[in-house]
Amino acid sequence: MPTEIDRHEVQRLVEQGAQIVDVMPTGEYELSHLRGAVNVPLSHLPEKAQAELERGRPVITYCYDSL
Amino acid sequence: MSPRAAWRLETLGYRDVYDYVASKMDWLGAGLPFEGTLAAKARLGTLADPQVPTCRLEETVEGVAERLGSWELCLVVNDEGVVLGLVRAEALSMGGGQRVQDVMREAPKTFRPHVTAEEFAPQLDKSPRPWVLVTNLDGTLVGVARPEEIHAAAQREKEAGG
Repeated sequence: MPTEIDRHEVQRLVEQGAQIVDVMPTGEYELSHLRGAVNVPLSHLPEKAQAELERGRPVITYCYDSL
Repeated sequence: MSPRAAWRLETLGYRDVYDYVASKMDWLGAGLPFEGTLAAKARLGTLADPQVPTCRLEETVEGVAERLGSWELCLVVNDEGVVLGLVRAEALSMGGGQRVQDVMREAPKTFRPHVTAEEFAPQLDKSPRPWVLVTNLDGTLVGVARPEEIHAAAQREKEAGG
């Protein structure tokens, strides 16, 4: 079960090597994204995750808002 | 979207998955660093002057008036830097041993630091204001931006091709 975290926890986990994943479409990712985030759009998640994410490191997902 | 993505990643075999539920809106609103084409644009956070005078509730108005300089206002903040209200220069000139909390007024609407000058300029046209109070999502002060500087930055970026 994914763990819900806040921005402070994001910063702590990133310092420890976590990967940040922006799940928005590429156009929105290119406008702005958290520093160091990779783009894995929800619509292409399986193949992009395979290409972009390391399985041995924690993964943090985010989108644009909480809706 | 991100909860779905987090759950999907788990089904794909990722075992240590977290979801930043407040998401990018929360991150940008907190004034934290970001990348992308918007990062290079003039934003309220970069245009805001952080040197705007500040004071505390319990200070005397005489003491605050001395450091106002050319500013026409002073923002009232707490120990955490959260904006509680403002005092105008004319209120500070009354003196009489009053404290800031006796003359403080409610601060105006605040805006977030990540909003670009181009986005904000039309709002200024619709609702003109003498200055723009910029705070992080938690209410901590970033600074005060001048409308003329916001308009000038928006114009420069428009001329540069947006």
